[in-house]
Amino acid sequence: MSEEAKTSLNRREFFSFLAVGWITFGAAAAGFASLIFRFLYPNVVFEPAMDFVAGSPDEYPDGVDERWKNGFGVWIYKKDGRLVAMSNICTHLGCIPTWLPAESKFKCPCHGSGYYPNGINFEGPAPRPLERYKISLNSEGKIIVDKTKVFRYEKGEWNIDGAYIDV
Amino acid sequence: MIKEAINYLSSPLYSFTAFIFLFWLSLKRIDIVGTKKFGLGLLIFILVIFGWMISDPVFFSVISLPDNIPIIILNALVFWSTWFALYKGHQNDLRIERGEQPLEGTPENREKVWAWPNLVYTELFCGILCTVFLIVWAIFFKAPLEEPANPTWAPNPAKAPWYFLGLQEMLVYFDPWMAGVVLPGLIIVGLIAIPFIDINPKGNGYFTFKERKFAIAGFLFGWLALWIFLIQIGTFLRGPNWTFYGPFEYWDAHKVVAENNINLSEIFWIKLFNTSLPKNIFLREIFGIIFVLVYFVGVIPLITKKWGQSYLERMGTIRYYTMVFLLLGMALLPLKMYLRWFLTLKYILAMPEFELNL
Repeated sequence: MSEEAKTSLNRREFFSFLAVGWITFGAAAAGFASLIFRFLYPNVVFEPAMDFVAGSPDEYPDGVDERWKNGFGVWIYKKDGRLVAMSNICTHLGCIPTWLPAESKFKCPCHGSGYYPNGINFEGPAPRPLERYKISLNSEGKIIVDKTKVFRYEKGEWNIDGAYIDV
Repeated sequence: MIKEAINYLSSPLYSFTAFIFLFWLSLKRIDIVGTKKFGLGLLIFILVIFGWMISDPVFFSVISLPDNIPIIILNALVFWSTWFALYKGHQNDLRIERGEQPLEGTPENREKVWAWPNLVYTELFCGILCTVFLIVWAIFFKAPLEEPANPTWAPNPAKAPWYFLGLQEMLVYFDPWMAGVVLPGLIIVGLIAIPFIDINPKGNGYFTFKERKFAIAGFLFGWLALWIFLIQIGTFLRGPNWTFYGPFEYWDAHKVVAENNINLSEIFWIKLFNTSLPKNIFLREIFGIIFVLVYFVGVIPLITKKWGQSYLERMGTIRYYTMVFLLLGMALLPLKMYLRWFLTLKYILAMPEFELNL
């Protein structure tokens, strides 16, 4: 072979170089893209568990109990021997209402929706009552609140099994 | 005594009605409003009233929050630009009446200059001034730094950024899907559509009011009454629990307001017919469905017959009906506000089963 063959590429060699180049570039780009994709997800998620043990039923007096509101976002409400777990998310736009013991109602600070202690909406723009979470007793007689399952009043779900416990 | 009267009269029902009336009056008597004397007089009047109001400690504590200062700047700018445009328009209307050209059309005002450097230098200078202003502002008024976000707690009152307070006030009267997605979407689409709907060449390049009465009044109503004014209510008159408080009223978190909102279906079935709500959703909401159909379909021919014939001929079918639809969408807000105030109505059409409420 002459000198010329070493300094210049023939057609076949050119294409193989091109292919290697593009594959390398594509792999690098894909690696970068996957890094960016991974970066979008948080390293540590500080989320409370979706279900928790809420003590035994006889700990709760009648009315609204706020002990699980901070942390789990659940109000326990007891009336006529029936215990329910209420979501603390306003059904209007998802703010967190405040429990006003003096007025005996929940009042949302964002747009003024108001709820009775049992979660029924009566003032402001809230279109439906507060949702309820699945509540049950475990083998030791402790209350288990499961936030993955919700019961909605307007769908007539407040009276089905799991929406309440009788104590 | 006067302060109590002001507190009472600034409730949304009275103040919104008064605002609409004053808006109508000032466009009706543009021959008075569009003069320098009136502008100066009104400015002095507002400053005196504002000075008197600011001497009240409760009002001052609300108005001097760092978050609320932009709204005072906004008020000054809106007042100035609205009056200035009306003034210029009125001057030109008088000129046109006398058979002269509008001020912007005279030969000495039609002289052309280069964008570079005339415009670009001005823009650069404005940009520098704005940056200086923002830096000074940021030094003097600290942004409130609060504790880490807690998903199970909300501040009371929880207020949106100042430019969204009109939207938040709108949400008091509507379902989040309507006031949070549909109506803002209509606002944006409607603003984009204006140059395509409005093909009237009058007023291009010069101020005028008389030649564009309907267009100017319609736009200013949406802008001043339904956006700027609602921002004022949301900022200065809404306290804890989003309850209404007069400008001189202490924000007592335990103020009790008797409010029991009901849906149109409950008004009809329970109050008028004395029966319980029907089980079938569509039968239950039949009056709301009828209302929506009448409002968005039935009313349009009536409007067209009474006011719209000349617009329809001038604008063409598609443009005209798009405009009427957008205007009806805009009118939904004041309509819904008055229904809430007079009938304590919550939703005309309430189908929480499908997350559909109007």
